[in-house]
Amino acid sequence: MQLAGTAEPAGLLPARQQMALSLGWHIVLACFGVAFPAMIFVMHLRGIRREDPVALGLARRWAKVSAVLFAIGAVSGTVLSFEMGLLWPGLMGTYGDVLGLPFAFEGLAFFLEAIFLGIYLYGWGRMPAKRHVLMVLPMAITGIVGAYCVVAVNAWMNVPTGFRLVGGEVTDVQPWAVLFNQHAFLQFAHMWVGAYMVAGFSVAGVYAAGMLRGRRDAHHRLGFMVPFVFASIAAVTQPFVGHVLGFGLDERQPAKLAAFELAETTESPSPLRLGGVVVDGEVVGAIDIPVLGSLIAMNSLDDPVPGLDTIPEEDRPPVNITHLAFQTMVGVGTLLAAGVTWFWVQRWRGRDLLTKRWFLRAAAAAGPLAVIALEAGWVATEVGRQPWVVYGVMRTPDAVGDYTSALWWLLGISALIYAGMTAAAVIVLRSMARRWRSGETDLPSPYAPETVDSSS
Amino acid sequence: MSLEVAVAAAMFAGVIAYAVLGGADFGSGFFDLTAGSSRRGAELRTLVDHSIGPVWEANHVWLIYVLVIWWTGFPESFAATMSTLVVPLLLALLGIVLRGASFAFRKYSATLRQARLFGVIFAVSSVITPFFLGTVAGAIASGRVPMEEGGDRWSSWLNPTSLFGGAIAVGTCAFLAGVFLAADAHRSRRSRLAEDLRARSLGVGLVTGALVFAALVPMSMDAPVLADGLAGRAAPLVVMAGLAGVATLVLVWRRRYSMARWPAVVAVASVVSGWGVAQYPWLLVDHVTIRAAAGASATLQGLLVAVGLAVVLVLPPLIYLLRLTQTEEWTRH
Repeated sequence: MQLAGTAEPAGLLPARQQMALSLGWHIVLACFGVAFPAMIFVMHLRGIRREDPVALGLARRWAKVSAVLFAIGAVSGTVLSFEMGLLWPGLMGTYGDVLGLPFAFEGLAFFLEAIFLGIYLYGWGRMPAKRHVLMVLPMAITGIVGAYCVVAVNAWMNVPTGFRLVGGEVTDVQPWAVLFNQHAFLQFAHMWVGAYMVAGFSVAGVYAAGMLRGRRDAHHRLGFMVPFVFASIAAVTQPFVGHVLGFGLDERQPAKLAAFELAETTESPSPLRLGGVVVDGEVVGAIDIPVLGSLIAMNSLDDPVPGLDTIPEEDRPPVNITHLAFQTMVGVGTLLAAGVTWFWVQRWRGRDLLTKRWFLRAAAAAGPLAVIALEAGWVATEVGRQPWVVYGVMRTPDAVGDYTSALWWLLGISALIYAGMTAAAVIVLRSMARRWRSGETDLPSPYAPETVDSSS
Repeated sequence: MSLEVAVAAAMFAGVIAYAVLGGADFGSGFFDLTAGSSRRGAELRTLVDHSIGPVWEANHVWLIYVLVIWWTGFPESFAATMSTLVVPLLLALLGIVLRGASFAFRKYSATLRQARLFGVIFAVSSVITPFFLGTVAGAIASGRVPMEEGGDRWSSWLNPTSLFGGAIAVGTCAFLAGVFLAADAHRSRRSRLAEDLRARSLGVGLVTGALVFAALVPMSMDAPVLADGLAGRAAPLVVMAGLAGVATLVLVWRRRYSMARWPAVVAVASVVSGWGVAQYPWLLVDHVTIRAAAGASATLQGLLVAVGLAVVLVLPPLIYLLRLTQTEEWTRH
């Protein structure tokens, strides 16, 4: 973390942690924003087409859950918009007109999402059913567009393009080249599929937990199956997307690749290094599988992964965090892909794993695991890009605002607020589930005149 | 109109839309806060829930729209403003986060106790958010946000123009909300509630109107550029704000709530655009003009494409949503 030769600004580390906290919190909800509407659409459509009251009931409940999730998603996303300027004025002041256009289109997508969310949530029973269900579709599409745009900016930070630096001045700005930068599509695909894993496994996990408690009705089976199908397709696709995304990383961001692979030195062929950390320049505690590193990272039997020793010391990322986060993501992702494959193979052979308690336990854990993989992936790519905020162009210390270590207070207060919001969301969502189980459907507000009058 | 000014105008249209639509949502927090005990306020709080529930997220996006155009079109002035005004912006952000989250939590609370807690957070944060955003406007308009050296992080927003700006923002939000809520109550035939809102909207309207015109006095000392502009180029808008404000009060007095919504919107839009027109051509008064603050022209053109798309893609469904919420069917609880 210490940069050679330059004193680090006092606000840098708290600013980075602040960004990590707020982005790490928002990204989970963003996944629901991207992936949940499609699941609700499928469920709602099934309800209408087959006149299936179970499916309709599920769609209606999911809509109410999404009202809560999207609300805190919207406000936590706003935090990021503010923090872009508050924490990173150096980045925004210099490169705002280079990286900004994708955000403009993301804003458009968010606008449409918010509008159709309002129409859909409050349209139950107030619109013709067939028109009503179609109001979810724009949300599913805008989720894709919005995710693409945001990730395009992140891809640009990894592989900057669309401008020239002449004597330290940014010129020849081509915003469309940023929006459609070469790296954006694959990185988006990785995030998009990841969003389906997070939302799919999380929602399915809720019903798996219900089945574990003996609630094995049609409601739970359907509530499990629809999101689990989405999550399954995503989970088996993700390893391929992730692998393709890694092509050429040795040329784009060699330091990141070296950190991912914990390649302290350049070895030919490179091993796949499982676990382990670098202590004083030595790799400790890793399990090496010969040749596999070259094979996976370089698509070759003998091309070496360029080691950290080829990177100037002041340009090296924090190696251990990057490596462990990367392998956590890959490990969990592989586990989830293997798990769903096992489920569907068994089902094809006529065995239903939903009757097995161990499988239900695993399915309930899959949601949190997918979240861990998601967070680990973001940690890996963001920490792996350090010490650059815009790779090779702007260092993170040059982007941060002029703050003292008082910024740690902001982080502390933010952590409390996020903890409070998390607790409140959990309490409210659980209370909704409890009331639904006890037979309520409408969830009247406890402060409505009717309830206030009858309860006193 | 030059490219820079076109983008600035599009951005400012977002400021006006946020002040009117987002403002009405925030303002309803004022009535929620002052609705009284759980029993006495039950009807009003349910009305607030119902009125802003479907629209607040869409209305909130206007803020994102403004921020994005600002940092993309005028990046250095955005960074300068964020750096100088970090305190009020963080406090406004806190309000935005708590307002949105607690509004959603309250709606699905299981018990009255929980609902009360989230309700208080919702209502208080709805009032403080416009206040701090108003102080930001005051700081910019009174020339306290420099470009390079970084302005004072306290006196930049703790000054007469900012404090009046904050108070006016709270007032205009509450004024709009009062008129809209009264119209909603009237439409859903809750005449006692409509009467109550009528009286309070009249009070809020009178106070806010007085605030707006009283602010002109300290501003002439504290924010001369703004004051000159308001007396000169923006004078028609000031007159318009006054006339529309009076028209709203008369219509509310005569219980023509539905019709009163229009002059209420015109009044608030005039106050906000009066500020914008008065400080033109400055983006940050005394420090940088719109033209000088502008980023790359290719990006400005791209932004106009995005704005054009927004007009075509966003406005029709937005109008559809706003119309739905104002129909009989959607007013039923």
